[in-house]
Amino acid sequence: MESLVTRAGLWFVALLFAIFMYVNAVDAPFAIHMGVFGLAALAGLVISLRKPDYKALATGGAALPDQSRYDDDLIRTGVILATFWGCVGFLVGLYIALQLAFPALNLGLEWTTFGRLRPLHTSAVIFAFGGTALITTSFYIVQRTCRARLALPGVARFVFWGYQLFIALAATGYLLGVTQSKEYAEPEWYVDLWLTLVWVAYLAVFVGTILKRKEPHIYVANWFFLSFILTVAMLHLVNNAVVPVSLFGSKSYPVWGGVQGALVQWWYGHNAVGFFLTAGFLGMMYYFVPKQAERPVYSYRLSIVHFWGLIFLYIWAGPHHLHYTALPDWAQTLGMVFSIMLWMPSWGGMINGLMTLNGAWDKVRTDPIIRMMVLSVAFYGMSTFEGPMMSIKSVNSLSHYTDWTIGHVHSGALGWNGMITFSAIYYLAPRLWGRERMYSLRMINWHFWLATLGIVFYASAMWVTGIMEGLMWREYGSDGYLLYSFVETVAAKFPMYLLRAFGGVLYLSGALIMAFNVWQTIAGKLRQEEPLRQAAYDPNADRPLAAAPAE
Amino acid sequence: MTAETTKVPFAGHKKIEKNVALLGVLAFGAVIVGGIVEIAPLFWIDNTIEKVAGVRPHTPLEQAGRDIYIREGCYVCHSQMIRPFRDEVERYGHYSLAAESMYDHPFQWGSKRTGPDLARVGLKYSDEWHVQHLKNPQAMVDGSVMPQYAFLAERDLNAGDMSAELKTLNVVGVPYTQTDIDKANDDLKNQADPMADATDLQKRYPKAQVRDFDGNPDRLTEMDALVAYLQVLGTMVDVNSAAAQEDLAKEKGR
Repeated sequence: MESLVTRAGLWFVALLFAIFMYVNAVDAPFAIHMGVFGLAALAGLVISLRKPDYKALATGGAALPDQSRYDDDLIRTGVILATFWGCVGFLVGLYIALQLAFPALNLGLEWTTFGRLRPLHTSAVIFAFGGTALITTSFYIVQRTCRARLALPGVARFVFWGYQLFIALAATGYLLGVTQSKEYAEPEWYVDLWLTLVWVAYLAVFVGTILKRKEPHIYVANWFFLSFILTVAMLHLVNNAVVPVSLFGSKSYPVWGGVQGALVQWWYGHNAVGFFLTAGFLGMMYYFVPKQAERPVYSYRLSIVHFWGLIFLYIWAGPHHLHYTALPDWAQTLGMVFSIMLWMPSWGGMINGLMTLNGAWDKVRTDPIIRMMVLSVAFYGMSTFEGPMMSIKSVNSLSHYTDWTIGHVHSGALGWNGMITFSAIYYLAPRLWGRERMYSLRMINWHFWLATLGIVFYASAMWVTGIMEGLMWREYGSDGYLLYSFVETVAAKFPMYLLRAFGGVLYLSGALIMAFNVWQTIAGKLRQEEPLRQAAYDPNADRPLAAAPAE
Repeated sequence: MTAETTKVPFAGHKKIEKNVALLGVLAFGAVIVGGIVEIAPLFWIDNTIEKVAGVRPHTPLEQAGRDIYIREGCYVCHSQMIRPFRDEVERYGHYSLAAESMYDHPFQWGSKRTGPDLARVGLKYSDEWHVQHLKNPQAMVDGSVMPQYAFLAERDLNAGDMSAELKTLNVVGVPYTQTDIDKANDDLKNQADPMADATDLQKRYPKAQVRDFDGNPDRLTEMDALVAYLQVLGTMVDVNSAAAQEDLAKEKGR
């Protein structure tokens, strides 16, 4: 009863606070955001007042809380939301890709220009799709690998829904033009403060669950999740150090400016990749790949070496985003050297993931989920080779500012992050809803091929435009003058922009098929279908290769 | 247990794996080193930012234009950082100096050139060109993929309290004087008003361009502010003067 009063009281205070801020707001976007915040607080208040069983409270015989082994309510919601945010993020991405080919699609409206929709796309994919998937899977994995129920269940719900509120505030802010202009850290100061609160609560739930564990060892997936949570907290706090112009307005100015501001931003930006999109997702890999393959992780020693190597080296790589800029040379070179070294621990992770399939490689043929995981880890390996290569200063002098960078991040995001999340969703959905399998395995296979082809179209189109425009910008005629005006390089990219958008259509349709498949699975349906191809057993072919003498 | 006395590699790691506090502290320790070594020295190594004459804080109107530049996400497609390559210097002008963005909170170097670099776009085109181009880029540059920003010309500039803005910028290190802060709201209007007396403004902000920018002297619009900002980009430092070239020649090892 007391906890009920406290919880309702906290929401009520939050509601009053939102109303107070709304009334005093100095600009419209801030007022709108406080309105959204107030509605969220109202929802929290209503839910915390309606949920309890008052009859049982009055008679003193309060119903026992859910005593099942694991707390999976949030994880079920998370699987649905991650699927939803994925489709939204890909759709916005497709739209802005088409805007670059057909500028009329900007519609002449301030809310729909490329400049405002692009952060919406990146945040929808990284923070809404990726972040929801990370919170969901980390809550699932930490319970299983610790054999403990989620600690602080109330706080866990706050983390989950508080994070969704962060997404809503960030997304509406971009459309309204509220931005700090720091890439992947665009939300303004009050949204950042809210995320800080949510993140501290996330750490508390995660560490609390580890403390409750009934296993002596902390499983390797949880090392990665812990490092991801801690490092993102540090990056977020340092990069978002700002001074608001007014406590009742959305505008703020960062403490770091100029060259220092640039390095702090890319120290943040690169490690958002390193810890949000790599360490966290490696945590997913270390649980779901061995589970789905039913094989143990390939090498315990390799996981130790590559964990410590990865987290120590990643943090240095930021300056490679600032090659040949006004950043001091020593910092650029240091960033380049560490970026190249980073190749090794990255491939350590790839090898550990791929070799986990030792003895189970036949499943690549029969299990589309395993196939997706293999492709995901392969793309991880490819992007973490391409990245160090692009961080070499002479390569970067060509690739920087071009579409090559866009191709690089998409082979990582679509290939590695997307595919490992899809396979995690396919692994989780039947288990969380107690189904025998996904509604349709053939649809997973379709998703696999659509996504793979989509990435191939996307990445190769961007390699071609990136290298082409880089070369066109620096091309001289025999008369010693620059050969191309800027707009000629823009026009030359048009066919490739269409191919890129086509790749996006393929990738998005794969995700929509997944959404349908998940929906039907939740509805409890099983599609009657032919099993995926089983190669007929040929006893004659089943013999070791005989060594043949050289001729 | 006696059978396991043979030395297992990484046996010591077991200790870390069994203690979440230890794991957390070590994992955090591993990630703070790189940031400290790379970022901290930039604040005290002298030649991080070379000293050049001419860099001044933005006027209130330019600052309001910069806020619009940020609001519309221009940095998503336009860089403001010219690299020291022959082709870039010929296309955009002298390579960018660290000092030129030393008062930029936040920096706007950008990371992508879907459109051209803007670090030295100031005074390269007329105000009228900028206004027409922002309203309808395709009419001025055939083949451009830039969105149309006609709404900027139709909206009164509602920059909020510029004194409060300048004060905040002052807190984070931009050297505005108390006079600059007190007069900010008047400066904002005067810079775009050809009838106003701007001698004081130009004394405090050297080389500030005072005129009506959007072709409509009766109104102070968002277009005025944005064009005022674009027209100042790269014009503060006279990079081609003999003195500046001499200073740069003395630079080494940056």
